[in-house]
Amino acid sequence: MNLGWILLVLALLAGSSFVLGRRRALASAGGKLQALHSLPGYYGWYAALWCGLPGLCVVVIWMISGSWSLDQLTLAQAPASLVDRPQAEVELFLNDVKNLASGNVASAAGDPGVIAAAERYHSLHSTGLALALALAAALSMAGAAIALRRVNSHLAARVKVERVVNAILMLSSSIAIVVTIGIVLSLIFETVRFFHVVSIQEFLFGTHWSPQTALRADQVGSSGSFGAVPVFLGTLLITLIAMLVAVPIGLMSAIFMTSYASHRVRAVAKPVLEVLAGVPTVVYGFFAALVVAPLVRGWGKMIGLDVASESALAAGLVMGVMIIPFISSLSDDAITAVPTSLRDGSYGLGATRSETIRFVILPAALPGIVGAFLLAVSRAVGETMIVVMAAGLAANLTCNPLAAVTTVTVQIVTLLTGDQEFDSAKTLSAFALGLMLFVVTLLLNLVALRVVQKYRERYD
Amino acid sequence: MTDPDPRARWQNPAMRRRLRRRHAAERRFRAWGMLAIGTAGFALVMLLISIVVNGYTAFQQTRILLDVRLDPDVIGAAEGLEGETFEGALQRADFQAAIRDSLRALFPRVQSRADVRSLQSLVSSGARTWLRDDLRRDPSLLGRSVSLWLPADDEVDMFAKGRVRRDVSEGSRRLSDEQIGWIDALEQQGRLRRFFNSGFFTSGDSREPELAGIWGAMMGSFLTLVVTLAISFPLGVAAAVYLEEFAPQNRWTDLVEVNINNLAAVPSIVFGLLGLAVFLNFLLLPRSAPLVGGLTLALMTLPTIIIAGRAAIKAVPPSIREAARGLGASPLQVVVHHVLPLAMPGILTGTIIGMARALGETAPLLMIGMVAFIVDVPSGFTDAATALPVQIFLWADSPERGFVEKVSGAIMVLLLFLMAMNGLAIWLRQKFEMRW
Repeated sequence: MNLGWILLVLALLAGSSFVLGRRRALASAGGKLQALHSLPGYYGWYAALWCGLPGLCVVVIWMISGSWSLDQLTLAQAPASLVDRPQAEVELFLNDVKNLASGNVASAAGDPGVIAAAERYHSLHSTGLALALALAAALSMAGAAIALRRVNSHLAARVKVERVVNAILMLSSSIAIVVTIGIVLSLIFETVRFFHVVSIQEFLFGTHWSPQTALRADQVGSSGSFGAVPVFLGTLLITLIAMLVAVPIGLMSAIFMTSYASHRVRAVAKPVLEVLAGVPTVVYGFFAALVVAPLVRGWGKMIGLDVASESALAAGLVMGVMIIPFISSLSDDAITAVPTSLRDGSYGLGATRSETIRFVILPAALPGIVGAFLLAVSRAVGETMIVVMAAGLAANLTCNPLAAVTTVTVQIVTLLTGDQEFDSAKTLSAFALGLMLFVVTLLLNLVALRVVQKYRERYD
Repeated sequence: MTDPDPRARWQNPAMRRRLRRRHAAERRFRAWGMLAIGTAGFALVMLLISIVVNGYTAFQQTRILLDVRLDPDVIGAAEGLEGETFEGALQRADFQAAIRDSLRALFPRVQSRADVRSLQSLVSSGARTWLRDDLRRDPSLLGRSVSLWLPADDEVDMFAKGRVRRDVSEGSRRLSDEQIGWIDALEQQGRLRRFFNSGFFTSGDSREPELAGIWGAMMGSFLTLVVTLAISFPLGVAAAVYLEEFAPQNRWTDLVEVNINNLAAVPSIVFGLLGLAVFLNFLLLPRSAPLVGGLTLALMTLPTIIIAGRAAIKAVPPSIREAARGLGASPLQVVVHHVLPLAMPGILTGTIIGMARALGETAPLLMIGMVAFIVDVPSGFTDAATALPVQIFLWADSPERGFVEKVSGAIMVLLLFLMAMNGLAIWLRQKFEMRW
């Protein structure tokens, strides 16, 4: 038995109360539709909502607090020798208990304390689920009974149902805020824990990043390995290379598409840009690692330069290609938004097309283009797969595009993939980096939005 | 003071020089534009060509024709032939011995233990499983000699496909000169051929490139997308309806709108961090499960669907709403009976595009542990699974030469799916889009 069954029972109950509510409404009106306040279906919905919502509340509460209270109950009855230990070991113990309880015998079999706890956990789990089911069913039936008692031809069922639906719609739209709060809270929570271990100044201004060694040496309180400056610098370097590729190409593409291209050229060029925009980043990463990086290395060798096999240049070039369509489509919008009268006026004064573009259109479209640029930077900073596959892991404090550098996203991925324990500074530092990333991209987006909004209406 | 004849002005040499310069600048500017588009196109062509060139052989598999004698004594399956123990006997049976014997029969001059071992390594380690499956399907094969095309090892596969060059020195390739000699001999006898690699589409991941397939990853992606769709579509449509039709103009609504726009631009890996912190560490959902992957991607896709949904709802003309209200429909009835059906093609288009993005997304899935090496094909939402793009990432990280073509092959499949989805979206838009 699991949650699915509870939901099924609830759905059945709600369905039957729908039928009952509808029938009761019709009966109370003596079968005459016009005697009813609302359409009969609304009485059905009214009863179904009264029946289903209380049960759903129980399910939600069980989902949120169930596993936590089970943990506490299990711990409360477990022998003290197993419980009065550091947080990580207690979590390990709980993990063993749960694995054992779910029939996964391979883990930690043998310890009688664990086995006893697992049995208790199992019985607690079944009892809890049964209780939840009973409670949900009881509340549902009570709700249905109340609703069905109220159903009569004068009940404004439609109004009530619509009020509930409206509330549900509003809650759905608030999900966006919940998600943002969730992101901020989860990042800040772990980051604060990280800053208990490593000071903020150390993180922001330290120039040595080497989380692996810190993990080995953290018994002696080694600090000095979480200086994120090389990571930030690497991110900046790759972003810079990407923007050097993407901005000229993207902007010129947009100019060409809006001002020069014939219909036939556009019919070819537009899909090219759209396909480039639709290629998954993991594919770009593969391209960077397997095709571009060896090429760059080969060219470097040809002119006598020593290029790292995971050079910032290769990753940046491919990232630039990925961002071209982004810049070009946003710039395209900005350029098309410039009123034709400006263009015509410039032509009327005898300017050539390129002069019109350079001296009239581009200045007029500048806010939009700057906005596009900022959004593109934010995308480049947050881009993950290309750099994970094509950039390095070691944090070098260098501005040399031919050397291997690492980025914020690469570090987050390498720190958090694989087995992890949640107390080490190593995994927590990933959340600090994530918070930095979130804040920087958020600021870039807000500034971009401001720039576009503030100057947009000037020519309308 | 001015020229009496306007035409004289155009014949002024200084002016003509200036004009020439301006027109040259014009041509240069235009050329830069074409160059930019050309560069973008060139990059795309390079990308596609390198994938196709690297990957078209992933759909082929080199197999070796062996006359395997399934001798009960050799494979040791004799004792357990009756009833239920047949499966146990199959599990115990030493099919490798049968393969070894058949290879030695082909090359009787190979004698030393080391040579036999290197001869044996021409055949994939998965050939045993093939033999076992064949025998399970047809137990009467026992004791008979059968001719079977068995998969070759990935090094042989690479060599037969021309990916490993013959002319490099022996030390820098994995196949010895001796092994190449055997391969040539096999080829001359017509015992080496390339087949369509059906296993690529029907099996899960494997450490052996010649046996690795994408079916497990495809199932993982499918299950993940089902969860994503089931959560983000209803929520997204509800939010879009509320914001377009019912939301009062107040600060809360403004806040919601700002949040949605910001979420659309948050890097995907941050959603992965959210999934890790909330779904795995707080709600204690299972790691590596499509359920968690789907939830995470749903949060990521939600803004896309909301924004597309709002645009589609906004495109429905107010006259429809006014007519429905005039006939006595309640606001909700107007939306459910009239606005939503009319906006549905637009909403679906946005949803499909959002799903295509979710299908290609990798980074958040790395965060919630969908990067494990998983051989079994997932069958439920809480099984451990990977997704297609993650599989691509995993294979691209593998050192074996044979995985390069598998990566490219998997990328081709992924791109095909994306193209199909986007094509569907475009078709929907063109077929149902209404101009009011």
